[in-house]
Amino acid sequence: MAKSIDVSDLDIYYGDFLAVEGVTMTVKSRSVTAFIGPSGCGKSTMLRSLNRMHEVIPGARVEGKVVVDGQSLYDPSVDPVAVRRQIGMVFQRPNPFPTMSVYDNVLAGHRLNATRLRKSEADTIVERSLQGANLWNEVKDRLTKPGMSLSGGQQQRLCIARAIAVEPEVLLMDEPCSALDPISTSAIEDLIHELKSEYTIVIVTHNMQQAARVSDETAFFNLKAAGRPGHLVEFNPTRKMFSTPDEASTEAYISGRFG
Amino acid sequence: MTAAPLALSQARLPRWAPVLVGVIALALAGLPALLSGWGSVTWLVTAVAVFLVGMPLWSRLVEGRRAAVDRLVTALIWTAFAVACAPLVWLVYVVVRNGAPAINGRFLSISMLNVIGDEQGGIYHALLGTLLVTVAATVVSVPIGILTAIYLVEYGKRSRPARLITFLVDVMTGIPSIVAGLFALALLVLVFGTAFRAGIGGSIALSLLMVPTVVRSSEEMMRLVPDDLREASYALGVPKWRTVTGVVLPTSVAGIVTGVVLAISRVIGETAPLLVVAGATDGVNTNLFDGRMTTLPVFIFSQYATSTPVGYERAWGGALVLIALVMVLNLAARLVGRIFAPAKSH
Repeated sequence: MAKSIDVSDLDIYYGDFLAVEGVTMTVKSRSVTAFIGPSGCGKSTMLRSLNRMHEVIPGARVEGKVVVDGQSLYDPSVDPVAVRRQIGMVFQRPNPFPTMSVYDNVLAGHRLNATRLRKSEADTIVERSLQGANLWNEVKDRLTKPGMSLSGGQQQRLCIARAIAVEPEVLLMDEPCSALDPISTSAIEDLIHELKSEYTIVIVTHNMQQAARVSDETAFFNLKAAGRPGHLVEFNPTRKMFSTPDEASTEAYISGRFG
Repeated sequence: MTAAPLALSQARLPRWAPVLVGVIALALAGLPALLSGWGSVTWLVTAVAVFLVGMPLWSRLVEGRRAAVDRLVTALIWTAFAVACAPLVWLVYVVVRNGAPAINGRFLSISMLNVIGDEQGGIYHALLGTLLVTVAATVVSVPIGILTAIYLVEYGKRSRPARLITFLVDVMTGIPSIVAGLFALALLVLVFGTAFRAGIGGSIALSLLMVPTVVRSSEEMMRLVPDDLREASYALGVPKWRTVTGVVLPTSVAGIVTGVVLAISRVIGETAPLLVVAGATDGVNTNLFDGRMTTLPVFIFSQYATSTPVGYERAWGGALVLIALVMVLNLAARLVGRIFAPAKSH
């Protein structure tokens, strides 16, 4: 499990609008990479292009290469559905399926793909995934309750359990804590630390302390000016980024001074 | 220098004020009503008018301007509600009063075959005809309608074909039912010859009327499904069609079922197209594909057309059964909707 991602010269478009320009970076396997930067600089767009979720939006397309395990994700012969099976995603707002119980939400990836599972296998997957998401002890007595009946933080961990239940190679997280209180946030940050041993994790965050706490490497995105495409300013180990960054603009952003 | 105390409280009318004003209004309007022998409707209308003047006036004197306007608008809205309900209640009352005496076991279990003059007749053939024709129409139009809605919401988006289909569906909504009947008749005649009549022709006509309603309501319901859920499904490596069948449809099924039942309720009372294409008969016909078939509305129409007291009574009885049928359908839809509705939190 766990693969690295090589991005080279990636341009991302919405129709004719160039949103992100010329990104080249390597996301290391079994590590946490954080994307930081001001709103609208294309962090989320960049993240969504890593598992071809970007093209769900009509008119969206990319140019350049994203290579995972020697395969270019945007090769015409590549099936986006197969890509997303290997590269899972957790969204900004918790989005458990409202028609399903906690149990079925965890199994959603299997159930929706009509994978045949014996009861014992299904139980194993549910327990392992919920334990992986640090949620098992809280919900083991109410697995048949609707997924929406959990609290916001529990719902988000349920979504993480759902994502790891299909055993992806990479886990993308788009501001997973921005809708959560500090306690739930801390639970999810602990979880990210644990998941790192098995998964390659990319996380978008607006919270600089969070990036410093959870990530091994940090990528700083910025806009050259309003209306211009976002670009990668600096990509370095987190320790270096937060102490002696190469770029002056990185230091300005991290320390709260701009321009 | 002392600041003026904050004026947060003010005089309020007691809670029973509207009741008191209502009783007084009824009494005030009752006086002329008794003296000049008005009917109960005139009396009620006058009482409402008195209430609409009296309640805000009293409120204005005690509570001030804003409260008075609030009282006036509240009263107006309740009046509008009552006015809207009046025809419904009155209709149900009249149909039950006139129809109930006609209904008995024999009425529901025999047909009109060989019934002469004032003998006991029945609606069994019409009940059966209505059920068969409507079920066949539903079977034809629900798949077409839901699949069209899926195309429009999930695949077509704002593309040219999708816009064209939306436009055509809107046009279809406006087709007069008799035209749908004539179309179905023309279709049957073209295929099977001029003398051919069958219940399925009625189903074709009804499905023409149902499809646009089903498309529109299903489309609205599927659009209400948040994109978050679709993306969550895609991100699990679920293909689009399984996302539609596994996430979008289950999430919106309650609304879709309600829309389908409303469409059925709309066409179950259609008379003209069925009269044209399915014809009328006195006997039981269980074969949708051959022979004339009577439905309840056509039965009501033909009994009414006999212009005899017993014919009128049978027509009212048929009307009561038809209304009860629609009512049962609506209740069933609510039940189905509640069973399938996405689980609410807590």
